[in-house]
This record gives sequence, C-alpha cells and structure tokens, in this order.
Amino acid sequence: MNGVHDMGGMHGMGPVVPEQHEPVFHASWEARAFALSLAMFGWGKWNIDAFRYAIERTPPAEYLRVSYYEKWLAGLLVLLEESGLASRAELESGHPAPGSLKADPPLTADKVAPVLANGVPTERPLNRPARFTIGQAVRARKINPAGHTRLPRYARGSVGVVDSIHGAHVFPDSNARLQGEQPQPLYSVRFSARELWGEAAAARDTVYLGLWEDYLEPV
Amino acid sequence: MEDHTHDHARQQLPSDPALRVLALESLLVEKGLVDPAALDALIDTYEHKIGPRNGARVVARAWVDPEYKRRLLTDGTAAIAELGYSGMESECLVVVENTPQHHNLVVCTLCSCYPWPILGLPPTWYKSSAYRARAVIDPRGVLSELGLEISQNVEIRTWDSTAAIRYLVLPERPAGTENLTEEQLAALVTRDAMVGTAKVSPPPETRQQAGEPR
Repeated sequence: MNGVHDMGGMHGMGPVVPEQHEPVFHASWEARAFALSLAMFGWGKWNIDAFRYAIERTPPAEYLRVSYYEKWLAGLLVLLEESGLASRAELESGHPAPGSLKADPPLTADKVAPVLANGVPTERPLNRPARFTIGQAVRARKINPAGHTRLPRYARGSVGVVDSIHGAHVFPDSNARLQGEQPQPLYSVRFSARELWGEAAAARDTVYLGLWEDYLEPV
Repeated sequence: MEDHTHDHARQQLPSDPALRVLALESLLVEKGLVDPAALDALIDTYEHKIGPRNGARVVARAWVDPEYKRRLLTDGTAAIAELGYSGMESECLVVVENTPQHHNLVVCTLCSCYPWPILGLPPTWYKSSAYRARAVIDPRGVLSELGLEISQNVEIRTWDSTAAIRYLVLPERPAGTENLTEEQLAALVTRDAMVGTAKVSPPPETRQQAGEPR
C-alpha cells in the first residue's frame, strides 16, 4: 500500500538525532509491548508480514505521531481481533468473555531461547529456475498494490542490475493477507543513485534493494 | 481488508500506552494466551544477552582470521552461526565489507529491519522517520550530520532492508591496531560502525602516538 510507512526519499523529516547511551527500552511498557507482540506469534495465527501490514494500516497521521512501540501495540490489537484470539468486547473491557475456556500459551519461558535461535526462516525450495540471472538488467515494476508490499515507491519504474540471488523466499504480498506463501526467487538488485534520484545524486553511489521476482520485469 | 475496527478497539483502551499495555497483558494472561514468564525471558534476552557486542566479536574474528572473513563474506548466516549467533531477524544474513573504495550503509525504509542476533534491537534513530526517509536519497548528508565525511571518490552503497535479508557492515580495521588481541579489537567495534554510520576509531593511545612528531 502507498502508505506513509514507505518513507524512502521523503523530505521534511528533520535531522537524524542519536541518543547517547540509549537504553534498549525507554520504559517498562515498551518492553512488555515488544514481548507480547513476539510471544503472540507463537499461536501461528499470523506472520511477520501480517504484523507489518497491520502496523501499516495505522492511519497516516497517527503513524507519524505515535512512538515505535505504540505502533507495535496497535498492530497487535488489529491482529488479535482479526484472528479471533480476542474479541472486540474483550479488548474493550479488558476481561475474558464470561464462560470462556482458559488456553495454554504456546510460548513458555523454557522455549524462548530455542525459538529465538531458530528464528522464522523464509527460504523455501523452488522447483524451477530463477527468471533473472546475475548481471542482468531488470526494471522494478510500476505497480501500486493496495495491500502489503515490500517494493518501495522510490524504486518503482527504475532500472537496476541483479547483483545476487538468495534462493526462493515467502512472498510478503500474499503472506501478509494469509493467502499463502507463494515462494519465489529473491534478488538483490543494485540501482545507481542517479537512476533513482536524478542528476543531483552522487555519481558513484548505489542503492541495493532485496526484491522478489514478481516485483521485477526484464528490460 | 480495509476496515477500521482497529481504530475502534484502540479508542476503548486507555490512551496512556503504559496503561493500555498493562490492560492488554492482563487480558491475554487471563485468557491463557501468553505466559508472563516467557515475556520476562524475552525482555531479559534483548536487554542483557543479545546486543552489538555479538557483532563486534564477529568483526574482530574477521579482522584476525582471513579464512573466517572469507566465509563471512561468502555466507554470513553460516559464519555468524559458527560463533553461536543465529535466528530471529537474521535467518538470512549478508555481510558487506567497507574498503577504501566502498562505504556501506544499512537502512530499512519500510519499517525497522535490523540484524537482532548480532546487533540487538535497533536504536531509536535507526527507526526514526528521518533516517528511513533520508538514508537512501541523501546518505552523504546523513553521514555528515553524524560526523562522518565520505570522499566523493568513495562509492556509498546503501542497503535497504526491504526483504528477508539482514545486513552487517564489516568496517575497516583501523591502522595502528596490529598488536591488539582479538578481544581488544572487538572492544573497539561500535554498533554504529556495523550499521555504517561511523568508522571504527583506533584506541586512544594509538591516536596520541599518531599525533606526535616522529
């Protein structure tokens, strides 16, 4: 979706301001929001792409106004309700529906270390060759999907060169909508800064993007 | 999938995020959907066990062991696993090397993708709108603001973490560190140098010596 989250190339965002000796979390609620979001993946009702898509659906003005972990919290609430793990009434009241059964959480403390160490690999076997080859010129397609996509607006329509191929990976555009993994080749594509931004960009500079095959077309 | 139910649900919860999270955790625990001890373990992991010291060990090993460096640049995922780092948010890791000709910079313009197992959770500036917006269109301006001037003769390669790949920058080993141990080298390596917004500085005593007339 052409949301405000797709920020590459925007102006007016101000300077980059590092914080000296920044803590991992600035408040305990941030840590709890982070951990709740991670732990709830254990139910297998959604995936990282769906989580990103839920965050992206935050109304633009609110997306820019609220803090990072408030966005996580907003995304988590969307998914809890959409998945049916919690009802609207429960989220509003803060209490389980009368008579509801208590579940057993899939992620217990003893499983945290192995779950994190395994991660969530997205590479999948593919029984066909990749469509493009290393060194080939490709164009990022000019598309404007209304749903989740990982093709940023700033690259659409630009021509780059395939720098490397990273096997086949779960396709975020379908996975975010829980419509299947549809694995396809993932390419690292090199664009010259001038191709993306015009003549004002430094002549030598380049930008590399990870792009799924459906984002690309031959030149 | 367009709906606005989430707006509604959000508005019913307290506006203070601390109270909202408290209410949500209480509900999810009561429903048996989360184990509070698992939440504690997750937080403890990212506050105390996983952070940029992991990445610094990887960098120092690559500086002292050319064969490890070769493996790291060929298959970053496997090479960091040799040092015990793997998993969530680095299932597919690519290491990019800074050289006198190339400077690498990592960003995620679409969200906040970052190699957690080796750098920990990203700092606020990395997640900021300013960095996400500007790193791809004005990397030299961003680096200059952060105190790093890159010559026009050097190619800046900006890696936008749009996909399943996470990136680690392998910084240049500073001059005057030939006699340092791997552990001493690791102590020099900063998080920002592994994202590409800084270079690794030599140790203070080396800098002083370099400033003295010979």
